[in-house]
Amino acid sequence: MTNNNLENRVLKPNISIGERLKTFLFENKVMLVFVIICYLGYLASGSRADTVLNEVFTRISRNSFTVLSLLIPVLAGMGLNFGIVIGAIAAQIAVFAVVYWGLAGLSGMALAVLIATPLAIIFGYLVGKLFNMTKGAEMITGLILGYFADGLYQLLFLVLIGRVIPATNPRFIIDGGVGVKNVVDLTGTLKYSIDRVRIIDLALGLLVIVAVITAVRLYLHLSKKRKFTLKDLALMVGVGILYGITYIPAIERHLYVERINLIVALSLVLALFAIKSAYSIYKNRDGHDPTYSRGRSISIIVISVIAFALTYVPSIETLIMSVELPVLPYVLIGGLMAFNKGILNTRLGHNMRTVGQSNAVAAASGINVDRTRLIAVILSTVLACWGQLIYLQNLGTFSTYGAHMQVGQFAVAALLVGGASVSKATNSQAIIGVTLFHLLFIIAPQAGNNLFGDAQVGEYFRVFVSYGVIALSLAMHAWQRKKPAGSMMASLSQAGPAIAETEKKE
Amino acid sequence: METEYLLSMNNISKEYFGNRVLKNVDLQVKAGEIHALMGENGAGKSTLMNILFGMPVIHQTGGYEGQVQLAGEDINITDPHDAMNYGIGMVHQEFMLIPAFTVTQNIKLGRETGKPNMLPLIDKVFGRDLDTLQWDEMAKDSRKALDSIGMMNIEEYAKVAGMPIGYQQFVEIAREIDKTGIKILVFDEPTAVLTESEADRLLEIMRLLASRGIAIIFITHRLDEVVQVADSLTVLRDGEFVARKEVAETSYVEIAQLMIGRTVEKLVEDEDTDKRELSDDRIALELEYYCVNMPGERVLDMNVKIRDGEIFGFGGLAGQGKIGIHNGIQGLFETEGNVYVHGELLDLEKRGEALRNDIAFVSEDRRGVGLLLNESIERNILFSAMQVKNEFLKGGLLDGKKSREHSLEMIRLLDIRCTGTQQTVGSLSGGNQQKVCLARAITLNPDILMVAEPTRGIDIGAKKLVLEHLRKMNREEGVTIVVISSELVELRSICDRIGIVSDGKIADILAPDSPDADFGLAMSGLKREDVGE
Amino acid sequence: MTKLKKAIDIIGIPRLIIGLFFIALVITALAVGLTPSSLFSDILRRWMMYAILVLAMVPGVQSGIGMNFGISLGIVSGLLGSVISMEVAYVKGWFFHFGAGAAWLTLLLALLIGIVLAAFVGAAYGLLLNRVKGSEMTVSTYVGFSAIAMMNIVWILLRFQNGQLRWPIGSGLRNTASLQESFGGLLSNPDVYSQSRSIAIPAGLNEAGSVTVQQPKALSFLAIDVGGSGFVLPLGLIMVFALCCLIIWLFLRSKKGLAMSAAGENELFAVSNGINVDSMRILGTAVSTVLGAVGIIMYAQTYGFLQLYNAPLMMGFAAVASILIGGASIERASISNVIIGTLLFQGILTVALPVVNAVINVSALPEIIRIIITNGIILYALTKARGGRR
Repeated sequence: MTNNNLENRVLKPNISIGERLKTFLFENKVMLVFVIICYLGYLASGSRADTVLNEVFTRISRNSFTVLSLLIPVLAGMGLNFGIVIGAIAAQIAVFAVVYWGLAGLSGMALAVLIATPLAIIFGYLVGKLFNMTKGAEMITGLILGYFADGLYQLLFLVLIGRVIPATNPRFIIDGGVGVKNVVDLTGTLKYSIDRVRIIDLALGLLVIVAVITAVRLYLHLSKKRKFTLKDLALMVGVGILYGITYIPAIERHLYVERINLIVALSLVLALFAIKSAYSIYKNRDGHDPTYSRGRSISIIVISVIAFALTYVPSIETLIMSVELPVLPYVLIGGLMAFNKGILNTRLGHNMRTVGQSNAVAAASGINVDRTRLIAVILSTVLACWGQLIYLQNLGTFSTYGAHMQVGQFAVAALLVGGASVSKATNSQAIIGVTLFHLLFIIAPQAGNNLFGDAQVGEYFRVFVSYGVIALSLAMHAWQRKKPAGSMMASLSQAGPAIAETEKKE
Repeated sequence: METEYLLSMNNISKEYFGNRVLKNVDLQVKAGEIHALMGENGAGKSTLMNILFGMPVIHQTGGYEGQVQLAGEDINITDPHDAMNYGIGMVHQEFMLIPAFTVTQNIKLGRETGKPNMLPLIDKVFGRDLDTLQWDEMAKDSRKALDSIGMMNIEEYAKVAGMPIGYQQFVEIAREIDKTGIKILVFDEPTAVLTESEADRLLEIMRLLASRGIAIIFITHRLDEVVQVADSLTVLRDGEFVARKEVAETSYVEIAQLMIGRTVEKLVEDEDTDKRELSDDRIALELEYYCVNMPGERVLDMNVKIRDGEIFGFGGLAGQGKIGIHNGIQGLFETEGNVYVHGELLDLEKRGEALRNDIAFVSEDRRGVGLLLNESIERNILFSAMQVKNEFLKGGLLDGKKSREHSLEMIRLLDIRCTGTQQTVGSLSGGNQQKVCLARAITLNPDILMVAEPTRGIDIGAKKLVLEHLRKMNREEGVTIVVISSELVELRSICDRIGIVSDGKIADILAPDSPDADFGLAMSGLKREDVGE
Repeated sequence: MTKLKKAIDIIGIPRLIIGLFFIALVITALAVGLTPSSLFSDILRRWMMYAILVLAMVPGVQSGIGMNFGISLGIVSGLLGSVISMEVAYVKGWFFHFGAGAAWLTLLLALLIGIVLAAFVGAAYGLLLNRVKGSEMTVSTYVGFSAIAMMNIVWILLRFQNGQLRWPIGSGLRNTASLQESFGGLLSNPDVYSQSRSIAIPAGLNEAGSVTVQQPKALSFLAIDVGGSGFVLPLGLIMVFALCCLIIWLFLRSKKGLAMSAAGENELFAVSNGINVDSMRILGTAVSTVLGAVGIIMYAQTYGFLQLYNAPLMMGFAAVASILIGGASIERASISNVIIGTLLFQGILTVALPVVNAVINVSALPEIIRIIITNGIILYALTKARGGRR
């Protein structure tokens, strides 16, 4: 048997650039159509670039976390989780409670998280159980469940609160004493509680976390359960030094802010990509991992450099510098993206992927399919709950009876616009999707006004688009192409292709 | 003598709801031996392996009798995990692979190697769930497993999708090898989906594994493979142990005889006279280069002529293609080649064309294809005639009076046990459901009737009735009948000729009274001349 | 005892619970002091006015596409037909030329346009569903939503002149258009036969700019006010519903109809009998969509208003829940399911409002209960559906 690698190297076939481009265009057609619509809409709206850009980044910070929470159920084979509405409901219950009790700021938000999370876990558990009873129909189940939960939510907020649950504050309760008002204002309480966290606070937070981890590791070492390694020490020292640096006056001055300029953030991110790619080139310099593509790393570095250079172009520079980003939300979004990727490297995440590929094969391999799916749903619900908290604190007000319902719709639509499908969704698709989807949202009303004399048209258009994108994506995913005609004789008598022939020569 | 055997299954018996499927069966295999397990459909091979594997279906239906011994010690296997721990592995017919995953990922499916998460205490709270997976280590293990079966040219990083079927099977085998301490490996009809060269490669791998001391149980019906690679064999028949032989000490014919041989019971009464004149000049149905793409029952380039007025049988083992024959003509699957009805070419692309040409069908899948379970007996009986020949219609609507009259007649004719013509078919017993299917076919007044598995699941009395009715239709009305069945006894009772289907083709056409061994050989795709006897 | 158990099995536990709940509500309502005649009159009216929309589910389910959440397409066709018909009637001054008969003409034209449109749309929709076998319900839900969202744009861009349809200032159609001056109540409201109405006509046809119209007493049997007690028998509406049921019943007993039901029940069985399953599905979808158009027109004429924009969004869900309560499943549905189910579903909603108002004063509660019941039922049905998941 010769060591003939060529026929078996299904990983890196020799496709031309033209072919690759064609495949890319075909697979991302929804996203590309969207880009075109957005661009045309932008022109039609006549809006200023910097206003639009600012608004887009605000919406990205507000909505991305929720959209990212949709990835895990897709991985686990349950399609688009319309049931994230239930996670949003958990968040809203907690927010209402905290605001009603008059608690504010980061501590108020922390309490909200403490209340909402267990609720989300319980709700997620119930949703997961339901999904396990309706395997193959999770999406429609999630959709209907959302409406059902809305009914229960309304029962709670409109009927029970004020009557069975004592509540009388006229700021929140409808005149008449029963039921929560249509709009709850978070100003003075939870508004911007996450947005306002300063970099210096984040640095302190990081120090505390690492200190705790190091302390636990020391304890384990002393009780002989686990050795305290050099790596552990290096981490603590490294973070400690980093924190010490923040005391240097020149630097300290910059860190008391809660917002950083987009230019700074962009530069940091580009640098990060470049360094990461360089590191992976170094790590794989001996070529021991055949799945690694050096070409890809190099292109990332090149693109990063070009992008960075572009930011020096005056018009682009002014545009970018007009945007200020809140720090913590983006750190959280980055964290979730890292989590989505990192979990794939754990047994749980890999099991989810296996279950998503085939329930039958997973079960035959000893994986507890129902349990894996259940955990996936609980995770998704909790993440959606936290996402809703981020959303509400930025929005500053929430429409009591409508906020959670839109979440499901818009989050799913945004993800699909980014090029995801019922069976595959990635971090970048989520972010791109949020950007494009909300871009359309921003420019549509004005565009509608300019084109049709009625801003309402623009608003209706964007709702149509959000439904239409989902319908289109679902249809495309389920589309069954007609089978091509072919000779059965040939395919029946040979179970495999020409490789069988080449083997005879050996 | 006992300790010579690595695996010893003694006096194994199993009952499924009062139905005895295994009666005092023995199976003994030595370490490093390739042992073939043979028998017709329903002989009990799968059940025996399910017991060896501790499959839940065995324990949920009352367990088994007898004992299993591994290296001389009694063991009790309670579930597949247990079997794995004992070193028993199985390569199934349906691959348990995930095409989108790599070879390594498939080999390690469900058993991935992991290291405790770097964050402290995580493993205390979440157990092994959040372990970091060690893909490099797993790749090395996979490489080892692949090399050990001589698969140096399968890349452990390659994705399984797009690999030839043979290679996919080798990945399955590598997976079993990778499981620590494999002692016994069972192969269930492994060559069924392989090309010739892939099959050869597989047999080589078996020899390789055996040479390393692993005992191999090889379930197959292919005599030539058995003779080629097996050291010994066990034959089962109707759930009973027939014989254990060393391959060197037996012959093709003897094995074939063992698989088939039994006293032929008479299923139908002898008839007085057979006044038919069958001739090769009058052909009712001819198949030419006929292929059917029915998954699991492919027909491949079949050529056969069925005479007008005869009862022709198609027999053979499951998965060999006999079931595909009539399903293709019925239009349920893609077909190629030519089908001639009384010399006229049948356009199989047109829906329902066979029905319009007076060919009626009784499907082997009565619940899935043959009946509308939620509808009444009456509705089911007249459905085909109504749709294809516009009968039982008055002014475009169902003619209630006529349909009831006819159904009552059918119920009487075939002795269908029911509460009335309106009873839902789904609530009838299997036998009676079969009779409804037959009634529907008869209602079409066909020229040619193709019946698949006519008496499956029917009690003895009803069996007789159905077979005798078929013969009556043939003798009195001249209906050409094609019976497709896995029960040779039934075919030998009423057929004029029997074609045995193997690998999608007709291996041989035999008279009902041909020697048993001929049938056995044919089922393996061989004729007497082929084995030089 | 076994006879009772058998009866319970046939009825089904969910239906039994809901039926008993309904009866309990009725008794409570009467006890609280509601007049029986107005209560039953309301129940009857709501039962009949929704029934055709629920009937629209039957051909869809029977042909194998599952619950047709995309009935919105049919509803929108019917609305479009009505709106066009009303505009034509106004612009051509039909009430001026034909008097009372114009109302009937408008109704007939609305039905005609709606049906034709629905037939085409339904067939196209059926083609789509054939390509997404296995995901029909999810796809149909969103196609339905998209259609309604798209029509929102259409409604707002249409520049009609009929004063009932358009906003008084600005352009585009109103959210709710009164049918008072059109075909409202012809089949269900006794007032059209006992009172006269003033109907606006385009300027220039006469001095007043309006005509007075009253429907002929000869036709008053279509909407009978029973002895002034407050109980109204909407005979016209009932007859239309009965006619639709008859047509569907005859269809399901015809060769094509039987073939369609077989295709939906067992695809392989149908194919082996020469039936083109894909065509049958398109047929079922098209008939379902047409019934949707007819249904919304009947609904509107009873209600007295045309509801445009987002109002029809949830009607599909209500229809699905109704037929499920009536005992249908995602795979099989019959006309009796429609009749019983609509009665139970609409009955509960009708009775709940006054009962709840008398007990607790929360106006939104019936709506909340409706949401919970509707979706709860559908969820239950989803967990019961075996095989052939959509």
